[in-house]
Amino acid sequence: MTDHTTLSHLELETPEKPFLDANELVINMGPQHPATHGVLRVILRLDGEKVLGLECVIGYLHRGVEKIGEHRTYTMFNPYVDRMDYVAAVSNGLGYCETVEKLLNVEAPPRAQHVRVILTELNRIASHQLWLGTHALDIGAITPLFYTFRDREEILKIYEKYCGARLTTHAFRIGGLQYETYNGFEREVNNFLTFFRPKIDEYEELLTTNRIWVERTRNVGRISAEDCIALGVSGPVLRASGVKWDLRKAQPYANYKNFEFDIPIGENGDTYDRYLVRMAEMRQSVRIIEQAVAALPEGPIIAKVPKVMKPPAGEVYHSIEAPKGELGYFIVSDGSTQPYRVRVRPPSFVNLQALDLMCRGQLVADVIAVIGTLDIVLGEVDR
Amino acid sequence: MPDEIKSPSSPPPEGDPKPTADKPAAPSGVKATASGPVPADVKTPSEKPDSPPAAPVPPKPAATAPATPPAKPAAPAKAPVPTPVPWDSPMIAKLKGSYGSGLEAVTYLGQNYMVVDRSMIPEILYVLRNEEQFDYCVDITAVHYPQREKQFDLIWVLYSYARNERIRVKTQIADGDSPASSVPIWAAANWLEREVFDMFGIKFEGHPDMKRILLPEGWKGHPLRKDYGILQQDNEWVQINLGIESGQ
Repeated sequence: MTDHTTLSHLELETPEKPFLDANELVINMGPQHPATHGVLRVILRLDGEKVLGLECVIGYLHRGVEKIGEHRTYTMFNPYVDRMDYVAAVSNGLGYCETVEKLLNVEAPPRAQHVRVILTELNRIASHQLWLGTHALDIGAITPLFYTFRDREEILKIYEKYCGARLTTHAFRIGGLQYETYNGFEREVNNFLTFFRPKIDEYEELLTTNRIWVERTRNVGRISAEDCIALGVSGPVLRASGVKWDLRKAQPYANYKNFEFDIPIGENGDTYDRYLVRMAEMRQSVRIIEQAVAALPEGPIIAKVPKVMKPPAGEVYHSIEAPKGELGYFIVSDGSTQPYRVRVRPPSFVNLQALDLMCRGQLVADVIAVIGTLDIVLGEVDR
Repeated sequence: MPDEIKSPSSPPPEGDPKPTADKPAAPSGVKATASGPVPADVKTPSEKPDSPPAAPVPPKPAATAPATPPAKPAAPAKAPVPTPVPWDSPMIAKLKGSYGSGLEAVTYLGQNYMVVDRSMIPEILYVLRNEEQFDYCVDITAVHYPQREKQFDLIWVLYSYARNERIRVKTQIADGDSPASSVPIWAAANWLEREVFDMFGIKFEGHPDMKRILLPEGWKGHPLRKDYGILQQDNEWVQINLGIESGQ
C-alpha cells in the first residue's frame, strides 16, 4: 500500500534510523469527532503522521433493529428501516417493501413502481449531495456544503409535500404506495430537474479542477478492484475501482429495466475517482427520473395485499442498489404475522471494513478524507 | 385472526382503503391536466405489456371494494403458489457428484439455495469460491430455532460477478459448535462473522479476531437468540444500578 502515497517527501524524512527514536504511536479518534459522520471510533496505529493500521470500534448507535423486527408485524416494522440509513430512508423502505412483497408473492402495480423509482432516485441525489457537502467540508472546502444543502432542500420539499416527512419518509407501503401523488407532482419534479442540472456543473466547477481538492483526493485511499471484491465492498466505491456493477442493471428490481442509464466507473479507485463516480451518478439519476416522470402510467397504486400479512413460511433474500451500495434484506417467515427473523445487510457496515486497508500508508489527515469518501452512515453501520 | 384486532397495525390499514378508493377518480382528473402537456413517451406502451399479468386483476377489486372480506380470499388464493422446488443446474449436478447426499438444492420464489451438511462446510465454500467463481460474499447470518436439536441455521449469501448469480448456502449447527471461519476464503467474512458471534454466540474456528463488534465487550448474552429476553436484561440493569424493581 505504501507505493500509493503521493507525499513521498515524508517517506524520505523517515529513514532507517529516525531522528527521534519515536515508537509506534497509538491514538484514538472519536467517537465524538465531527469528521466521523456520527459516532465512529477509530484507533490509529501511527508512525509519526503515517498510518500503519487502524481498528474501527462501532456499535455506539446500535438499536437492535433486527431484534425489534422480530417483535413487530410486517407493516409495523416498515418505518423502522428508515432509521438505519437516515439520509437514504426511501431506499431502505424500497428494499424492505420489495422483500416482503417477494415473500407474499405480490408485485406493486406499474404506477407505484414508477413513483418508487422517482422518489428513490431523488433520494440517491439527496444522499450524494449530503455526502458531497460533508466530505468537502471535512477536507476543508466549506462552500460546497451550503450549495448542496440549499439544493437538497428542494428534494426534501417534494418529499414533504408527498408524504409529510422530510427525512424518515416511510414513503412506501408493502404492495405499493399509500398516497397518490399530489396535484402537480410531475411538474414539480420536472422543475427540480431543470433547476438541478446546472447545479451539478456548479459543484464540479468548485471542485473538479480545484487544485487543493485534487491534491487532497487524488491517489488518496486507493483500493483495487480485487480488494473491493474480496472485502465485499459495493456501490460507488466498487465502481470507482473499475468494476462495472450496479444491481439496477445486474439484477433489475422495481422497474429499472425500463429506463436507460449508464453505470459510471472510475479507473484508479482513489478518493478523486469516487468523487467523479458519484457526481456522474447524480447525472444518471436525473436521466432516470426524467424518463420515469415522462412515462408515469395511470392506474392503481397498491396491489391487493391482505390487511393482516401472513406470508407463507419460507425465506427470501432481496437486495437493491442503495446510494451506498448493496442493501439486502433476508427475511424468514414462519407463517405468522411477525417475521421470524429480519436480517439487514447494510452496505455501510461492509464497506467500512475496507477503511483499514485504504488508510494504510496514508497520513492522518487522509483518514478523514477516506472516511468521507466511503460515505458511511453510522445509523446503518450499527443498526 | 384475533391478531387482526389486537394488532396496532390494523387502524392504519383501515385508513388505507379510503384514499385508495378516491384514487382512481381523483388522479385521473389530475392526470388529464398534468400529463396532457407531457409528450406521450414511447416508453409507456412498452411498459404496460410488462406489468398487466400481475397487476390488473388484483387492483380493481381493491379500488371498488375497500372492505375486508374481498382481501381475505385473496390470501389463500395466493398462498399455495410459492413452494420450494428442486434446483437443478450443471453446478449442482457437479457438486452432487462429488458430495453426494449431504447436499440438497432448492429453489424458492426463484431464489436458489443449498442446504449442506455441517461437515462439508469449509470445503464446499472453498469450492464455490475458487471453482465456481462465487467471489463476492454478500452476507453471513444465522437464525435461531431453540426447539431444534441443531439450534442454528447458518447462512452464507454469495454472489458471482462472472455468472451474475446469487445463491445461499445453509447449514445447521448445534449450540456450542464452532464452524470453521471463512475469512481465509473471503476477507469480507471478518466483520460478518463477528456480528454473528455477537448476536448469536456462534464462535468461528480460526477467525483472526473473534470478539464482539456491535455490543460492548462486557455485554451479557447474545440478543438475537430467541431465548434472550429484552425485559429481563433491562430489569437486571435497573435493579443493579438504580436499585428499583423494574424500569418498565
